[in-house]
Amino acid sequence: MAELVNLTIDGYQIQTAKNTTIFEAAKKININIPHLCYHENLSIYGACRICVVEVEGRPRLEPSCATIAENGMRVKTNTARVRRARRMIVELLLANHPEDCFTCESNQVCELRKLAYDLGIRSLRFEKGRKYHYKLDLSSPAIIRDPNKCILCSRCIRVCLEIQAVGAIEFVNRGSKTQVLTFFNKGLNNVECTNCGQCILACPTGALREKTIVDEVWEAISDPKKFVIVQTAPAVRSAIGEEFGMKPGALVTGKMAAALRRLGFSRIFDTQFTADLTIIEEAYELVERIKNKGILPMITSCSPGWIKYIEHFFPDCLEHLSTCKSPQQMFGAIAKTYYSQKTGIEPKNLYVVSIMPCTAKKFEAKRPEMRASGAQDVDAVLTTREIARMIKETGIDFCNLQDEDFDEPLGISTGAAVIFGATGGVMEAALRTAYEVVTGKTLERVEFEQVRGLEGIKKANIMLDGLELKVAVAHGLSNARILLEEIQNGTSPYHFIEVMACPGGCLGGGGQPMPTNFEIRAMRAASLYREDEDKPVRKSHENPAIKKLYEEFLEKPLSEKAHHLLHTTYTKRGRY
Amino acid sequence: MSIKKCRQEFEKIFKKYPDKTQALLPCLYVAQEKCGCLTEEIVSFLAQRLDLPKVEVYSVITFYSMFSFEKKGKFVIRICMSLPCYLRGSREILEAVVEEALCIKPNQSTEAKKFTIEPVSCLGLCDIAPAMMINKKIYGNLTPQKAREIIRRYKQEKDK
Repeated sequence: MAELVNLTIDGYQIQTAKNTTIFEAAKKININIPHLCYHENLSIYGACRICVVEVEGRPRLEPSCATIAENGMRVKTNTARVRRARRMIVELLLANHPEDCFTCESNQVCELRKLAYDLGIRSLRFEKGRKYHYKLDLSSPAIIRDPNKCILCSRCIRVCLEIQAVGAIEFVNRGSKTQVLTFFNKGLNNVECTNCGQCILACPTGALREKTIVDEVWEAISDPKKFVIVQTAPAVRSAIGEEFGMKPGALVTGKMAAALRRLGFSRIFDTQFTADLTIIEEAYELVERIKNKGILPMITSCSPGWIKYIEHFFPDCLEHLSTCKSPQQMFGAIAKTYYSQKTGIEPKNLYVVSIMPCTAKKFEAKRPEMRASGAQDVDAVLTTREIARMIKETGIDFCNLQDEDFDEPLGISTGAAVIFGATGGVMEAALRTAYEVVTGKTLERVEFEQVRGLEGIKKANIMLDGLELKVAVAHGLSNARILLEEIQNGTSPYHFIEVMACPGGCLGGGGQPMPTNFEIRAMRAASLYREDEDKPVRKSHENPAIKKLYEEFLEKPLSEKAHHLLHTTYTKRGRY
Repeated sequence: MSIKKCRQEFEKIFKKYPDKTQALLPCLYVAQEKCGCLTEEIVSFLAQRLDLPKVEVYSVITFYSMFSFEKKGKFVIRICMSLPCYLRGSREILEAVVEEALCIKPNQSTEAKKFTIEPVSCLGLCDIAPAMMINKKIYGNLTPQKAREIIRRYKQEKDK
C-alpha cells in the first residue's frame, strides 16, 4: 500500500499519498489554488509563484505546486499575506503586459485577464516596465507568436518537449531579456515545429494563437463569382458547442450544418466523406503491402503535425507512411475535379474551405504536393475556434438552431468516418474495412474496443481469418516517438500503426476550443463514438456516395487516377 | 571548420560524462576557447551528438554571459557590477576602463579585436571588490587609476 501523509489545509484534516504536492492535496478539499505556470499534464516548473501558500513554521511563502505535502504540515491557502502576495505578482506581470485586451485574440480565454479580475485587481498601480518592441513571429502559416504577451510561464516549452517530443522553442537570454524563441530566432516555420498547436492550448495569455484567415473567407463568401463550399472535420462537431456555452462533448452536428448554411456557404459538405475514401484507399494499401511483402509496419498519414514530425525526426522512416493524403486534402482534390465536372463549376471559381480542429492543417493545405487539381486544392483552413468566431459575429443563436443535414453527395458519410476524430478511430475504421476486404465475409461486430480510450499507446492483435494483424495506436508525438524508435531498431512487431499528433487525437487538436484538457477530451471522444453508433452505415466501403464516386470517376481503389489525386509523397526534412 | 579544432576534446568529454546533458557545458567551454566564439555549426553538432533539441543548446548558450556567437577581442575584460563591487565603485572602474581601452562602449570590441569589455554579474571576488577579470587573470581592490594602468600594460602587448 502506498504510504500516506496527514496534513491540515485551512483547518481541514487531509490524508494524501506520499509525494503529493500541496497544490494537489488542496484539490481534495475543493480548493483550486490560483496558478499560471502549473499545468496538470506537464512537469512542475514553479516559476509564476501565484500558487503560494503559508506553511506553519516556514518563514517564507511556499509555491504549493512545487512543495511536497509532509506529515503534520499545517497549510493556509487563504490568508491576508497570501492574498497580498498573489495580487502583487499579478500586478507586476500586468506592468509588463500590453493593454490591448479589446483586440486580443485570447480575450475570452485569457487566464491572466481572468486571474487579474478574480484576484480583485481593479487598477494598475505600477508604472509600465517593459517597452513593447519584440517582433512577432509571423513565419508560420499556422501559428503566430507574440513575445510581448508572453509571461514566461514555460507551458508552451514544456508541452512542446514533454508531450510532443519536439522541442522547437526554449527560453533564450537571461533575466529581463528572457524570451521564448526558436533556434537562432529563425521563426517557427524554419525550425522543426510541427504546427500542432498544442502550445496554443497551453498558453495562458495571447502570446500564441493561430494565424487567422476569417476575413479572407468572408471575402470569398461575398464574392458573387465564387462558389464557396465547406468541409468540416469529425472532431469539430464534438467540440464547437463548447464555444457557445454548451457542455463539453455536446454533439451538435445538425446545428453546425445549419449555422454554416446561414453563414452563406453554398454547399455544406463533410470531411467525413473523404475520411471514408481515405479508409478504403488505406485499407487496400495495407492489404497490398501485406500481400506483396511491402514495407511494414504501415503508418497512417492523416495528421499533418505527425507528418511534419516524422519528416524532421525520422526521415529514414518515411516509406512506412501510407501514401494516402489526409481526408482534408482528398476532399480538396475530389471537389476540384470530380465535383467540378459533375456540376460544371470551373475549379477556379470553386473555393474550398475546411474547418478543422487543427492548426497544422493550415500548413498542410499550403504544401506544394497538395495541388492535384492544378491549383491549391483546399483554399482556406479555419480552426474550430475561428468558425465559432464567425458564427458569433453574425449573431446566429447556435444553441437553438434546428438540426439540418449536410448536402449531397460530398456530405454523406458513415460511422467509421465519425470516429476519425478520436485516437484509435482511424485504426478501427480501417479494420472494419480491411476485415471485409481480406476475408470477404461480413464483419458482424464492428467495435474494436482494444484501440479505444486515452492510453498513450494501445496495442492489439486482430484475427482476420487466419491472418493475425498486429496493430498499435499512438497519440501525442512523444508516444509516436517510442513506436518509431522500435521501427528504427528493427524490433517493431506491428503491421499497422495509427499516429495522431495531438493527445486524444483530433478532438484534442490545437485548433479546438479552450480549455482542452484530459476530461474534456474524454467527453468529446464519447460523443463521437455515440454518433458512430447512431449512424445507419458504419463501414466506409458501404458509403453509397463513395461507391458512386468509384463507379463514376475513380474506377477502383488504388487506380491510376486515385494515385494521382489521393496519394502523395513526403519530404526528408531532417533535424540538424 | 570550427568543429574539427574541437573534435578530439569533445570526444574526451563525451566519454567522461555518460549523462549526455552534463557534457554540454564543458563542450561549450572548449569550443568558445578554441574558436573564439560559438557558431550555428557547433550548436547543431553538439545537439545531435548529445541528443538535445537544438534550441535547448541555444538556450543554454544565451543564458551564460561567457558564451557568445560573436568573436571577442584578444583580451576579454569582465567587470563585476554586482552589489559589493558596485558599492565599492565598479561604475567608476567601468568608466575608466572604457576610456582607457580606446573609448569603446560596454559589450563592444575594439576595432582591432584587442579588447572586449563586459559588465558582468558576480565574479565571486567580493573579498577584493571592486574586481575585474582579464581573460583568466583576476584583478582586485581596484581604483580607477589602478585599472587604467592595468589596461595600459595590456595595450603595450601589441608592440611586443
